[in-house]
Amino acid sequence: MSGRRRLPLAWLATLPFFAYAIAFLFLPAFSVMVGAFQDKANHATFANIRLLFDHPYIDAYRTSIEISLVTALLGGALGLLVAYAAIREGTPGWIRSALTTFSGVAANFGGIPLAFAFIATIGPLGVLTTWLRNAGWDPTQHGFQLFSKLGVEIAYMYFQLPLMILVIAPAIDGLRKEWREAAANLGAKQWQFWRYVGVPVLMPSLLGAIILLFGNAFAAYATAYSLTAGTVNIVPILIGAYYTGNVLDNPHIAQALAFGMFVVLALMMVVYVPLQRRAARWAK
Amino acid sequence: MSYLTLENLHRDFGTVKALNGINIQIGEGEFLSLLGPSGCGKTTALRLVAGFDRPDAGRIVVDGRDITNVAPNKRDMGMVFQAYSLFPNLTARQNVEFGLRVRGKDRATRGSKAGELLELVGLGHAGDRFPHQLSGGMQQRVALARALAIEPRVLLLDEPLSALDAKVRVQLREEIRRIQLELGITTLYVTHDQEEALAISDHVAVMYGGVIEQMGTPSEMYTAPATPFVAEFIGTMNRLEGRVVDSTSGLVEHAGLRITIDAARGRQAGERVLVLIRPESLEVQAAGGNGDAGGNVLRADVITHTFLGPVTRVKLASGELSLTADMPPARASALPVGSSVVAHVPSEGVKLLQLGDDAPASVGLDPDNP
Amino acid sequence: MAPSAYVWLGLAAVYFLLPLYATLDFSLKENKAGVPCCTLHNYGWVIHNGDFWHTIKISFLLALETIVISLVLFVPTIYWVHLKLPRLRPVIAFMALIPFVVPPIVMVVGLLKVFAWTPGWFYGQPWGFLAAAYVILAFPYMYFSLDAGFRSIDVHTLTEASQSLGASWPTTLLKVIVPNIRTAALGASFLALAIVMGEFTIANLAAFHTFPIFLQYVNESQGFPAGALTLLSFLITWAAMLSLLLVGRKRGARGAVIAGAR
Repeated sequence: MSGRRRLPLAWLATLPFFAYAIAFLFLPAFSVMVGAFQDKANHATFANIRLLFDHPYIDAYRTSIEISLVTALLGGALGLLVAYAAIREGTPGWIRSALTTFSGVAANFGGIPLAFAFIATIGPLGVLTTWLRNAGWDPTQHGFQLFSKLGVEIAYMYFQLPLMILVIAPAIDGLRKEWREAAANLGAKQWQFWRYVGVPVLMPSLLGAIILLFGNAFAAYATAYSLTAGTVNIVPILIGAYYTGNVLDNPHIAQALAFGMFVVLALMMVVYVPLQRRAARWAK
Repeated sequence: MSYLTLENLHRDFGTVKALNGINIQIGEGEFLSLLGPSGCGKTTALRLVAGFDRPDAGRIVVDGRDITNVAPNKRDMGMVFQAYSLFPNLTARQNVEFGLRVRGKDRATRGSKAGELLELVGLGHAGDRFPHQLSGGMQQRVALARALAIEPRVLLLDEPLSALDAKVRVQLREEIRRIQLELGITTLYVTHDQEEALAISDHVAVMYGGVIEQMGTPSEMYTAPATPFVAEFIGTMNRLEGRVVDSTSGLVEHAGLRITIDAARGRQAGERVLVLIRPESLEVQAAGGNGDAGGNVLRADVITHTFLGPVTRVKLASGELSLTADMPPARASALPVGSSVVAHVPSEGVKLLQLGDDAPASVGLDPDNP
Repeated sequence: MAPSAYVWLGLAAVYFLLPLYATLDFSLKENKAGVPCCTLHNYGWVIHNGDFWHTIKISFLLALETIVISLVLFVPTIYWVHLKLPRLRPVIAFMALIPFVVPPIVMVVGLLKVFAWTPGWFYGQPWGFLAAAYVILAFPYMYFSLDAGFRSIDVHTLTEASQSLGASWPTTLLKVIVPNIRTAALGASFLALAIVMGEFTIANLAAFHTFPIFLQYVNESQGFPAGALTLLSFLITWAAMLSLLLVGRKRGARGAVIAGAR
């Protein structure tokens, strides 16, 4: 043991960190996994998981995935266009700085404050709603409801868009000027450059960013809760309902729901990590 | 009859005059280098020809056609960039085919042309590799093949070898020249490396501060520089600033030293001139021999030896004057550091530049490191 | 500037700025009908509201506690890993990705289950349960920030120089290493501040009275005063993020940082 004494001691110094992580990260995460497969008497069962495929649980997953997909794709496309507009040649440099700074702040303006801001904008008495009403077209008469899936999607864009801008900007920077010039020199039009070089090179970063946005929206709770007073049927709200509204009486259902979220997010990470590696390769 | 003409080109960036009236004519099949230090405007000029920038004044004419306002993707020129220009998501072969693909050529044509060009640049076996799997030299060969695939009227190269290792540079520049001669394509080449320009060009245009200082064959540039800048920039040159004393005999005085220069004959007495002596023209012998006598002789001490391979560069100091002499290494070893020597300035073959009364004799370039 | 650039940037500007303007607009209105504009009544209401100060104090102190625990826990660990255990770096980096797969809504479920049996002074107090959770929440952001800071200094040389001059481990850590990663630590702290001041999910499900909880309560019950409160909360976030950017600018820090509640 005397010859190897130095090695264990070095690891010892990291003990507090790992102990903390085990206590407050791994243990809770693990207990959720375990609890998902237990019944009220703490016997093993698949019943909770099977229940997830029934209404309203399956609807919650469907809605959650739909909202996440819509805001990820929309946020991805619009974020790319806005970021490119700010970074491309011809746009003054201060616009890019302003956009990046604002995105850094806006991406953190989520949750409760964001919900109110949108109520103030497109809610029944909102500023935009009132303008449109005065101009002759009343959104509420045409079926628009802020406190709905659509409203949540519109609000989510407020942090999805900045996230996309921040994440895709370095990739756009990586599009070397020489490639565009070489393409033009060889006779290519703008769209030909994008089709053969630009988009393919950006694709790994694009996909990675969209996956990031998906996970971001999927896990979000506070904004939807505040905006819809907890009425929109998405998985986080459902989980929260157990703790705040005593709607569910079986804690293992909440754990099963959480486990389901974990599965979806883990699947995403499995796709995300190799994509990032591919994107880094071409950034050289 | 000029194939590619740059006519009185001007380009300003704010208050900086990047190009101040450039006039160049390149014949068909000719290889012309734009040579100069960073910031002289050579890359600006090239980019104007390529179409990535528009001149503020002047014209660009190719084969009789004014292309000054033509978009870059319609100019039918092939450009090789300094680095990083290969499309990273395409293989070498696909890169070479790119120009043909956007022109709508079918797969068979593209494939055979690409194969032909990859063979020409010596990369027939590497066609399926991606740029990040190729060395710097190989990437530039692919870039060359790609530019040539579209059979352009003009070939443009923007310091294509600057980012490469020294040995690869020499190898590749010879290949570029060989290919250019084989295809007979009109070529405009930009570089800051004077050895490179002199080695492979038909003509060289030395640029400085947005203007052309001198244009001519490599030999002319080397033996007969027309301005102090060119004299400093091309090769190593001994420069003696002096005044003509006697116009008939061609006597020139420099800091108390009087030497006879053939080229000074016929010049006005009192005129300020710059005497240019190539290091290989200086004959250096140990002091105390019979070379001590005679005109055009300088006493000096050996300060340093620099072994350059084929020659040894010997630095001499004569009072405040510093001279550089190149000689075979065997001779140099007979003149060790610290010894006294005499340097003989030949009277014929030495060039003279006229200096205006207030013209600077030096542009401040380090002679060994322009 | 290209015309399409004008279009996209213009649309983005409208989308981002309109809600902020709307919030300001609401904050200057009163609950009485027919009163057009503009009054500072709501701001007065906020300033004089006891609960406002109470919850903001709790959240702020919670943030400080989180920052302190995080720094004490992470700085020595990351230092040690950089110095002696470089093979652990990928392990810890992987761990920093876990909160992405186990987001707050999932984590709080586990936390409430596991720590239900702990004594009241931990489970029932924000300084115990909530702070512990927030340290984990802030962990990825703190880790990436501190790790970048450690990578930018030569840990080995500094340590060896310090030891050759006779300093002990604690002295080396406190007097040599910490001052050199100050920028990264400061940046990480501002991030943690933004996170804690905005965290709603865990606080809500675990029934603690933090500032975001108060915000939501006012949203549900009050209406226009919520506007003033929202704007104030936005300004707090803004100040924290701006400080982070200013601090980061000195070292040229980059990278996306999304740290607030969502």
